[in-house]
Amino acid sequence: MSRQSLAKAHQKIQELAWEPQYHEPYMKYGTDYTFRKASKKDPLKQVLRSYFPMEEEKDNRVYGAQDGAIRGNMFRQVQERWLEWQKLFLSIIPLPEISAARSMPMLFQAVPNPELHNGQAIQMIDEVRHSTIQQNLKRLYMNNYIDPAGFNNSLRGFQGDYCGTIGRQFAEGFITGDAITAASIYLTIVAETAFTNTLFVAMPAEAAANGDYLLPTVFHSVQSDESRHISNGYATLLMALSDEDNRLLLERDLRYAWWNNHRVVDAAIGTFIEYGTKDRRKDRESYAEMWRRWIYDDYYRSYLVPLEKYGLTIPHDLVEESWKQIWEKGYVHEVAQFFATGWLANYWRIDAMTDKDFEWFEYKYPGWYDKYGKWWENYSRLATPNGHHPIVAENVDYAYPHRCWTCMVPCLVREDMVMQEVDGQWRTYCHEMCRWTDAEAFRPVYQGRETPNMGRLVGHREWETLYHGWNWADVVTDMGFVRDDGNTMTAQPHLNLDPKKMWTLDHLRRMPPLQSPNVLLNEMSDAERQAFAADYVRQGPAGRPAPADA
Amino acid sequence: MPDEAVAQERSVPKPMFTDAEAGARTFPDSGASARRYNYFEPAKRKQTHYEDVTVEVQPDPRHYLSQGWIYGFADGERGYPLHWTKLKAWGVDKPEPRRGIGTGGLPKDFVWPAHGWHWFRDPNEEWEQTLYRYNANVVRQLTQNVENARNGKAFAAWSPNWVRFVERHVGAWMHIEHILGLYVFAANERSAPTNMHNTALAANCARKIRFAQDLALYNLTLTEEIEGFDGTAHLEAWNSDVEWQGARKLTEALTAIQDDWGEAVFATNVVFEPLVGELFRSNLVMQAAAPNGDFVTPTVIGAGESDYAQRDLRWTIACMAPLTEDKEFAEHNKELMNGWLSHWVPQALEAARTMQPLWSQADHRPPRFEDSLDVAKNRFAVVCRDLGLDVPEELKL
Repeated sequence: MSRQSLAKAHQKIQELAWEPQYHEPYMKYGTDYTFRKASKKDPLKQVLRSYFPMEEEKDNRVYGAQDGAIRGNMFRQVQERWLEWQKLFLSIIPLPEISAARSMPMLFQAVPNPELHNGQAIQMIDEVRHSTIQQNLKRLYMNNYIDPAGFNNSLRGFQGDYCGTIGRQFAEGFITGDAITAASIYLTIVAETAFTNTLFVAMPAEAAANGDYLLPTVFHSVQSDESRHISNGYATLLMALSDEDNRLLLERDLRYAWWNNHRVVDAAIGTFIEYGTKDRRKDRESYAEMWRRWIYDDYYRSYLVPLEKYGLTIPHDLVEESWKQIWEKGYVHEVAQFFATGWLANYWRIDAMTDKDFEWFEYKYPGWYDKYGKWWENYSRLATPNGHHPIVAENVDYAYPHRCWTCMVPCLVREDMVMQEVDGQWRTYCHEMCRWTDAEAFRPVYQGRETPNMGRLVGHREWETLYHGWNWADVVTDMGFVRDDGNTMTAQPHLNLDPKKMWTLDHLRRMPPLQSPNVLLNEMSDAERQAFAADYVRQGPAGRPAPADA
Repeated sequence: MPDEAVAQERSVPKPMFTDAEAGARTFPDSGASARRYNYFEPAKRKQTHYEDVTVEVQPDPRHYLSQGWIYGFADGERGYPLHWTKLKAWGVDKPEPRRGIGTGGLPKDFVWPAHGWHWFRDPNEEWEQTLYRYNANVVRQLTQNVENARNGKAFAAWSPNWVRFVERHVGAWMHIEHILGLYVFAANERSAPTNMHNTALAANCARKIRFAQDLALYNLTLTEEIEGFDGTAHLEAWNSDVEWQGARKLTEALTAIQDDWGEAVFATNVVFEPLVGELFRSNLVMQAAAPNGDFVTPTVIGAGESDYAQRDLRWTIACMAPLTEDKEFAEHNKELMNGWLSHWVPQALEAARTMQPLWSQADHRPPRFEDSLDVAKNRFAVVCRDLGLDVPEELKL
């Protein structure tokens, strides 16, 4: 068999394509897309005879590198600031990976192309690989890094953490609702083709600069599978484009998928890269520069814009708006500040920014210090317990934000916040696009067209609501973010592991109770709510309360 | 003259020694006991690597997921509804914790794990490394076997009718593996309730589609090596031969099982595979090949046979057998599985009997069909006993 060319082997495998004769396969997952006129071509040409040894070889390289890292004691030069943020990242990322595996069977009915099903099944197996290789990386960190707390409870932690569900967005978007919206447009066309560039290419470079060369080893091994997945998505997209009836849905889904990916991935990866690094060389790329290179140029200009020749309406406005959010509206900085504000509700340690960091931020983002500098100075001032509360309960010129109902990142760019009563509840949204997603896109009718397969946004989407009225010590205990002495918190707003410098539950007991902004919003009268909204959009930057009227 | 650009100092991050290695300092949670994932109970005394990388990766509102599923289907279903199979594991009838304003994340009387499905562990311990090592070893071994046979002109020794048999009927079997791989195991992979189940389904799918391709590429080799070997005869056999239509009808029926991933796995790996799959692979092809001068085909078929006997069946028994002894639902599950046996066993036996003429097509005959079927039935009876089920009456016919 080994003498046969790949092309010949692939051609032979096409003979396996099957047309049912006695029973149609039961397909559980529906779509509102139609593929009546689609041509059928498998772009992947994957022959398992070569696939399995290839992946095994890639695995051997990864595991060999891990062995070398342990023998060479990589952890003597790992930056704690960086690895602490990996407690969050490596908690979340195996779930999107395994969800991507789960999303592939949703396409079997939706894409009536037996040739593509083979590629989708192989992607499913790839995604199992990605999830477990990442879980294994985290296991290695847990065993060899100075502070295992946070790695050891990660899968429990992120499901109750006030940041974790933001990452869950990324995963659950793949596995529910309209099969093409979820598994094709959201996952393969946007998440994999666009945003894995910052996830799996830009971030590893930052890891290496922080003394961690295992994350690049693992994630580049993952990224090398993505090109095949991108082919799956592209083939499906071309099939969808051949039927005019799909245009409305394609445009809807590209807008939803782009915006939601931007909100979630840029929030998380932007924060890891900008605030998790100790590498402050001036010529190192900022997240904005990386985004411009990997997403704007590499994806938007090279992949998305050329699709216009097929008559596809590209969401140019949203790409530009995303850039504006990152470059002009400080989206990543606002998110990092929010994560650090609530450090006590997390399970990793968040290092303060220093003068060296300030200088770099000011160089890369002129005007940064005026907006964020004072707050980070306060963060440092309040970092070790000394009779004061954690920063969230101290007066540091910061108004705690409302959650966005859709992307679950809070409404941090205050001027963009919008409100609407939806399904009997007043909800806040971080941007008009997130309002549109909940109130218009995820509905059974879209612009007058029946969309009976479209999913729903459900669940307890605001972490704060679950703990409304609770004492903070009880909140942290309930989430399980306490160390083995039963009192010291897993999270800390500094990197000092001296037990005398670490916050305990005792310190939290004297804090005022946690309040859910959304519960309070729904208790307001209409006039109060209107006044609240007017005040909110005048807040910021950096979460500052609205200026007093002149 | 040195190039000025080359002479410029490159900007590289400077290594810094942080002493961030395990054990460098003592503080709460710095001890050895903190260096294990602490959110699941291992099946045995020690956590396995497989458990570490699979357990709890997929969340559950009954396990830590305090904010619940955040996306739902149009009909209100969300996540991994436990009723996507009629099988039940203890605890499934208990409602999810109700959360809302001020409830916190966990109910007061919370006990881990919240239901019996979470106890399933794949005895094959399939995850990335084991999955790729196993399948890569299989394809390497097959490639070597076939290449050696080609170099040794082994195919020249085949009797003429055996050539026809292999091109037509061994070829036809690739379609069954392909269909089961994609439309039973992959198609149901979204539906099962825990990551351990879904990963086992994905691994089962991987083996099936690999085996289907192994057979297809073997068929291609034979087309190149044996003069007059018709590489497309398998299509005609699969589409038209009467002997294959029973197996085809049943294979397609397995893909048409509605809304029950448990039944799909059960009907395929518990019923179809021993009564039809092993009957054809072990009790016909592997028995008949050698007398007809063929020592190669059994190595290709044997790899698929090993997939089933050593892995596919193993995880299925580990998944299903505890359900017949479940502390809440043993009787429900037994009744359900017995109903599935009543539905699927007659169809499997009919498909098997439809294949009977295949036993007389080679020059040198294999054991008689009835003897082969008896072997398959005995094997099936063992599988039923392993599951804690009674052997169906149909087997006595």
